[in-house]
Amino acid sequence: MAKPAARPPRVIDAPPHLPMRGRALSDDEFHRTTPTVAWTPRLEYGWDTGAAIGRFLDGLRGGKIYGVRCRVCGRVVTPPRAFCELDFKPMDEWVELPDTGTINTFSICYVTWDMKPLRTPQIPAVIEIDGTSPRVGFLHLVGGLRAGSVDAIRAQIGVGTPVRAVWKTPKEREGAITDVLHFAPIDGRRKAR
Amino acid sequence: MQRRGIMTDGVIAGAGKAAPAIRLSGLIKRKPRRRVAVVGAGLSLFMRRALDTGKELSYYAAAQAMETAGIRRRDIEGVIMATAPDAFDGVHMKGDWLLDGAGGVRRPYMRAYVGGGSGVFSIISGWTLVASGLFDLVLVVGEEKMSTCQPHPQGAFITIFDHTIERPLGPNLLWIFALEQNRYMSTYGLRNEDIALVSVKNKRNALDHPAAQVAKELTVKDVLASEVVAWPVHRLMVSPVSDGAAALVLASEDVAKRLTDKPVWVQGVGWALDTSYWGNRDLAYPRYVEQAARMAYEMAGVTEPRKQIHLAEPYDPFAYKELHHLEGLQLADKGKAPEDLAQGRFDRTGPLPVCPSGGLMGVGNPIAAAGVMKLCELFWQLRGEAGARQVPGNPERGVAQAWGDLMQVGTVAVLGTR
Amino acid sequence: MRFDATRVWHGTMPVEFLYTPGVAGLRFFQTLKQKGVLAVTFCAECTVTYLPPRVYCENCFADLSDAWQEVPGRGRVHTFTLVRVDRQGRRLQTPEIVAFVRIDGTDGGLVTRLVDVAPADVRLDLPVEIVLQPPRRRRAVPNDIVGFTPTRTARRGRKR
Repeated sequence: MAKPAARPPRVIDAPPHLPMRGRALSDDEFHRTTPTVAWTPRLEYGWDTGAAIGRFLDGLRGGKIYGVRCRVCGRVVTPPRAFCELDFKPMDEWVELPDTGTINTFSICYVTWDMKPLRTPQIPAVIEIDGTSPRVGFLHLVGGLRAGSVDAIRAQIGVGTPVRAVWKTPKEREGAITDVLHFAPIDGRRKAR
Repeated sequence: MQRRGIMTDGVIAGAGKAAPAIRLSGLIKRKPRRRVAVVGAGLSLFMRRALDTGKELSYYAAAQAMETAGIRRRDIEGVIMATAPDAFDGVHMKGDWLLDGAGGVRRPYMRAYVGGGSGVFSIISGWTLVASGLFDLVLVVGEEKMSTCQPHPQGAFITIFDHTIERPLGPNLLWIFALEQNRYMSTYGLRNEDIALVSVKNKRNALDHPAAQVAKELTVKDVLASEVVAWPVHRLMVSPVSDGAAALVLASEDVAKRLTDKPVWVQGVGWALDTSYWGNRDLAYPRYVEQAARMAYEMAGVTEPRKQIHLAEPYDPFAYKELHHLEGLQLADKGKAPEDLAQGRFDRTGPLPVCPSGGLMGVGNPIAAAGVMKLCELFWQLRGEAGARQVPGNPERGVAQAWGDLMQVGTVAVLGTR
Repeated sequence: MRFDATRVWHGTMPVEFLYTPGVAGLRFFQTLKQKGVLAVTFCAECTVTYLPPRVYCENCFADLSDAWQEVPGRGRVHTFTLVRVDRQGRRLQTPEIVAFVRIDGTDGGLVTRLVDVAPADVRLDLPVEIVLQPPRRRRAVPNDIVGFTPTRTARRGRKR
């Protein structure tokens, strides 16, 4: 077998002072020269949306964003949930919300989940929809921007930028979170930050 | 109600005073009287991809811990196995599968599993077994073999996102860290240069750690020159994928005193989970870490953490996390940890050494083993046996903290010489 | 991912596993490939011979890295079953005989298939021996083992 990948040869006078065990493999050894067993599990899932999200998705299909209010603490949240996790009571007062909001935070991502480069970055964000309680945000994407570099994007959006949902056409909508294509800055406004 | 106040707004009572004494949290009913000590520690190498199986890695760490404690397998009365998703090692029920390598054959055993928080949840679980009076000698092992998961462990990680309203967006685990870091930076007007210093400090500290996978001498410039993976996160601000294991031996007071003249006492433990609706929280501050820390400090009798804690091993899977967590641990003012770092406060020779081991950024991040590695570090530091990594000044008390899940869990342990 | 009218959202966990054999496993499979025998480890303190081999004694935690021995692939059927369906529940064309074979000279054994034998001729304690891929086709992986088959003595004993 090929030699293991080289470790720094110097002796370090620090614990654990006993011999350190473990046989590191190089990428080549791991994928090519070491006899390994490959196995692809069949992991396919079907998740029920649940009553609350099911109704929320129906709303999205109709081009509307729904939220729910807790009758005990008064929080208004979206996406909706069947019960308030703080009061442990049903959240059954449904409200229609505007499709505008603000950016709580965002990132500019240049890699896929398996670490391959993306030419056009994805801009994930936490969006707080107008009419929900403070700090009630959810994950979505920001889009409709002009360029792809970090500086160019940061010139167009920041924490606090007001945004509006950009919807798929009614025919394209299927009752999924992606019925909203992304959120885009309103009128090119950007809250300075 | 006080407890509600902590949950909903994360504001420290007494914030605004300089270096405040924290008020006791009332999070525990009473502190168990039975004292528990760490009497041995061990590690395997942390590697990007190991030939060794998870069982073998567990064995290396467990055997080393038992050897330093001076005990044999037959002395072990209970075993805690901290190991995170089955999907990383690719073995269903992997806690049970690893167990024979972790000294667990025919022993009562518990698995400790709160994502990345498992590493410190391990000692919390082990502590309860001894503090309850059930056992006198417990082995605690943390293990992870992430290299099995191809093409990248993220394939498993991304299922942490909500399957219906988040996964269709095509998320990447880097997103949650980047989103959190941006909110943290924006809230306090922080600079990436100050955050990059964590990578520099920890990777340098790790040059003195024999198990280290990614130790390196770097500058802030090097860190910021590395590619942007998900702004504001640069590649050199991310801890690696790792294989490795770490272990501790816990003993009751009588047994500990027979085994060693330098037991390291588990003075306090705390843990808390926040809501999985992670968008419903202030991402600039880990209030669940604060809650866990308060619980541990209350148990340990720590009322002035900045005076009474002499070194800290907060969880640093990303560079900014060390700073984020230091604030949650009440060891720095909100938004001020980066400034403290830039002033040298957290250097090994500084007033509050942070991650003298090199942390996850320097030693590596086999998920559950990483937190146990931090506890091993406190063990050696508090006994004055940390050699080239030793922080000066005879530290008497340290805190280790781990974090995990969807930005949810804080696990904290306070260890000390008394 | 897709969404259907019954409000069920479908998805997968996109992972593939690549398992390394481990230190003990590597030696086991390399020995099997090169010599056609089973490498096992022996704990002198507990007088236990481990198969599958491991570098530690699970009982006393002794380091067994230098405690290797070799045994031929011969043993007895400890238990067996006749499998008629695959993992998806579909009927197999030819049923498989899956057995746990205890290997002589060890305290362990191997889960394997029995080959070249009719199900009616299989019984508990049947003496069997290993069937390997021809040397050139072995790759130091579990599939180097084709299965186990009754020994010649066992076959002879069967003839009436």
